[in-house]
Amino acid sequence: MKARVPATIAVIAAALAAAASGLSIAQHSGRARTAARLAPIETVTILPGAFTFRLPGEYLRNGKPVDAPTRTVSFQAGFDVMKYQVTAGDYARCVVDGACEAADGNAAGDMPVTGVSYRDAEAYAAWFSGRSGESWRLPTDEEWSFAAAERLHDDALGLADDGNPATRWLARYRSEAAGQAERDPQPKPRGHFGANSRGVFDIAGNVWEWTSTCYVNATLAPNAAVERSVENCGVRVVDGRHRGYMSTFIRDGRSGGCAAGLAPDNLGIRLVRDEPALVALLGWL
Amino acid sequence: MLTRREALLGTAAGAAAAALLAATAATPALAEVQAADISTLPREKVTLVAPPFVHDHQQVATGGPKVVEFQLTVKEQPMVIDDDGTTMQAMTYNGSIPAPMMVVHEGDYVELTLVNPETNEMPHNVDFHAATGALGGAKLLDVNPGEHATIRFKATRAGTFVYHCAPAGMIPWHVVSGMSGTVMVLPRDGLKDEAGKPLKYDRIYYIGENEFYIPRDENGKFKKFDSLGDSYDETLKAMRGLIPTHVVFNGKVGALTGDNAMKANVGETVLFVHSQANRDTRPHIIGGHGDHVWEQGKFANPPAKDLETWFVRGGSAGAALYTFLQPGIYAYVNHNLIEAAELGATAHIMVEGKWNDDLMTQVKAPAPIAAY
Repeated sequence: MKARVPATIAVIAAALAAAASGLSIAQHSGRARTAARLAPIETVTILPGAFTFRLPGEYLRNGKPVDAPTRTVSFQAGFDVMKYQVTAGDYARCVVDGACEAADGNAAGDMPVTGVSYRDAEAYAAWFSGRSGESWRLPTDEEWSFAAAERLHDDALGLADDGNPATRWLARYRSEAAGQAERDPQPKPRGHFGANSRGVFDIAGNVWEWTSTCYVNATLAPNAAVERSVENCGVRVVDGRHRGYMSTFIRDGRSGGCAAGLAPDNLGIRLVRDEPALVALLGWL
Repeated sequence: MLTRREALLGTAAGAAAAALLAATAATPALAEVQAADISTLPREKVTLVAPPFVHDHQQVATGGPKVVEFQLTVKEQPMVIDDDGTTMQAMTYNGSIPAPMMVVHEGDYVELTLVNPETNEMPHNVDFHAATGALGGAKLLDVNPGEHATIRFKATRAGTFVYHCAPAGMIPWHVVSGMSGTVMVLPRDGLKDEAGKPLKYDRIYYIGENEFYIPRDENGKFKKFDSLGDSYDETLKAMRGLIPTHVVFNGKVGALTGDNAMKANVGETVLFVHSQANRDTRPHIIGGHGDHVWEQGKFANPPAKDLETWFVRGGSAGAALYTFLQPGIYAYVNHNLIEAAELGATAHIMVEGKWNDDLMTQVKAPAPIAAY
C-alpha cells in the first residue's frame, strides 16, 4: 500500500498530471461500451493560466514543521472539469451497472454523492469513461486548486518557530474549526453553494473531493528546495474548505480522521476530462 | 379549572398529608425542630447553565447550611444528534442533553421545582441519587403536563450523583431519551487529596455521556418519527438489543469539538465530572491523566492517583482532577475507542501554554529510513 518514491517534489508536481492521465487512459481505452450512452455532462473549461500553488503534505526544516513551500504551476492547455459534483443519481447508475459499490451517504437524486472512498471515486471514473466514451479521471491537487480559484484555502499558518510544537497544532485546529458550529454539514442539492469565478459550482462547500495526489512527508533544505521526501499513495489529498489527507479506503472522513483533528464533513467526487487530442497524443506515445 | 387528574392527585396528596400528621404525632419534637431550622436557613436561588458549563459556585462553603433553589422545566423536543441530521424525539430537562449540573455543599438543602408544561405529552419526575427516600424524590415529583411540583431534600453525602427521570413503566426510555443530569455535593471544606490536603480547581466541565438507540428502516437508514408516542415502540425494540447507535457527549456527536471544544491553559487544574445514567463508560484524556480521581464520584473516599483511564458505572457520575502540563489539542474520549471514534464519544480540549521539553521532545523527526 505504501509506495516509497524518493523523488523531489518538483518532479512529482510536474509529472503527476501527465502520469495520472496516462494511467487512466491505459485503464480505460480498452473498456467495452455497454448499453446506451449517458446524457452529456455539464463541464466548465478551465482556461490556460498559472498560479502559485502551495505543495500538499507535511514539511520539516531543521527538524521543525514549517509551512509547505509554494511553486508556480502553469496549465498551458487548460482542462475541462465537471460543473457540478457527481450526484447520488449519477453514482447510482454506476452501482446498477455493477461497476461501483453503493455509497454510504444518505443522499439521492440531485444531491452530491457522499460516503465514497478514493477507490469508489476511481471505479466511478473508470465506469463513466467507459460509458461516455471519453477519458475522465480524478483531478490532481494542482488542478483542483487552480479550478477552485478564490475559494482555495491557503493552509499556510505563517507562524515562526517558537520552540513550542503545540503552537502549530492549536493554530491548525482553530483555523479548521472557525465557524464550524454555525455550518450545516448535511449535503445540499447541487448548486446550493453557488459558482466560483470560474463557473465551478459547489466547490469548497461541505463535500470534499478526492484528488489523485499522494500524501508526502518532506524535508526542506535551507533554500526551501525539497531535500528528500517519502510519498504515501495509500493516502490521497482530499480538497474542500481546507485540504485534508485520507486513506484510500475511507468513506466517511469523520471516522477516518485522527482523534484530535477536524475531519471533512463529507467525501465526494468531481472529475476532469482529458482532451481527445491529448488522449490521442499520449496513446501514440 | 379542576380536571379529574388534578382531583385524583389531590386525593393522593391528602392521604400523604394524613400519613405525615401521624408520623409527626409519634415524634413531635424531631419534626418541629426540623421545620423550625429550615425556615431560618438562608436561601439561594441558582440559575442553571447548559453543560458542559457549570453555574458559579464556591468550592469551600463560607457559611452554614442553606436552602438552594433550582428549577427544571421539562422540554420534549426533536433534537439532531449527529452530523447526518439524525433526529431523535428527545425528552430533556431545560432543553439540554445532559441536563444541567447542580452544585451544593454537604448539609445544604436542595429545593427543586419541576415544571412540566402543558405542551408536553408525557408525565415526568426526578429520581435524585443524592437524595434519601421516596425513590430519590421521584414519588413526590410526578407531574403531568400542565403541572409543577417542588421537593426539598438534604444533601447528606458528598459526591457527584446522577439524577434522572423515572416515570412508572417507562424509566429507561425517558433516561435514554435525554433525561439525566448530575448533582455535585461538595464537602463544606472543599475537595481533599488522600492525605487530607485541600484540592482546588480553576475550571470545571460537566461531561454528560448518553447512548442512543435510533431505530432503522428497511434500508438501514435511521428513522425519523413525528412524535414521541410514535417513536416509542420501535425505540424500545432497539433498546432491548442493548447495542446503541450513538454514544455521545453533550447530546450530539462532536458537540464538544471545533468551536465548542473545551479550553484550558497549561498549569490550570480542571475538574471533569462525567456522568452516564444508564451504561458503563471509561473516560480517558489522550495525552493526559487523572491526577486525583473519584471513580465512584464520592468525596468521602480518598481519590485514586495518576490514573490513565477511569471507570464510571452506568447510573453514576465520577470526578477527575487534572492539571494540564503541556499545550496542544487533547482528545477526551470514552476509551472504548469504537464508541469514541465510530459512535461519537469524543470531545476535544484546546490547551494553551508553554511546551515542556523535559516531559517530551521529538528526538528525530519523521525521515526516510535510508537516511540513518
